[in-house]
Amino acid sequence: MSVQDTIRQQVTGHRVVLYMKGTPDFPQCGFSANAVRILQMCGVQDIFAVNVLEEPEIRQGIKEYANWPTIPQLYVNGEFVGGSDILTEMFQNGELQKVLKKAA
Amino acid sequence: MSTEGRMRELLTVLAPESLDIADDSAAHAGHQGARSGGGHFVITIVSPRFQGQDRVARHRLVYAALGNLMRKEIHALSIRAFTPDEI
Repeated sequence: MSVQDTIRQQVTGHRVVLYMKGTPDFPQCGFSANAVRILQMCGVQDIFAVNVLEEPEIRQGIKEYANWPTIPQLYVNGEFVGGSDILTEMFQNGELQKVLKKAA
Repeated sequence: MSTEGRMRELLTVLAPESLDIADDSAAHAGHQGARSGGGHFVITIVSPRFQGQDRVARHRLVYAALGNLMRKEIHALSIRAFTPDEI
């Protein structure tokens, strides 16, 4: 299976998928930590997190998958939502909560 | 030329009405990701090109303009992208 297939399977197989540096308990980058914190504040219990520091092929592949050069990246029901800045903005104006609720 | 100067030059393709680039690298010196030497930057950009574009599309325009700088010179980037009407 190609890396792109693996990614497609991950994002469509789980409701909330976060590609990040480190793990939700031990994020290794401030932007990834921010993304986890926001999802937790939204009450998301089922984050499927992928630690790209341990998966170099995914780390590169995910940038191509979404045509987005940075990490973290959030996917909800297979749809790319955004990175850390976008999550922050969407959380502050309530959009993210709506997206997550709709996907519940 | 500094990374900031090169960023400024590359972003002219978006015809910004205003562009502020803050180099936040010093605040992150020493952490794991900073070891590669890439900088942390915060861009605030106002451009009519963002009209009708959602946030993801605006960020992609900025990333595309910066091109190869995103591979190495820029380790982390915060983007705030507005149209002239929004400010």
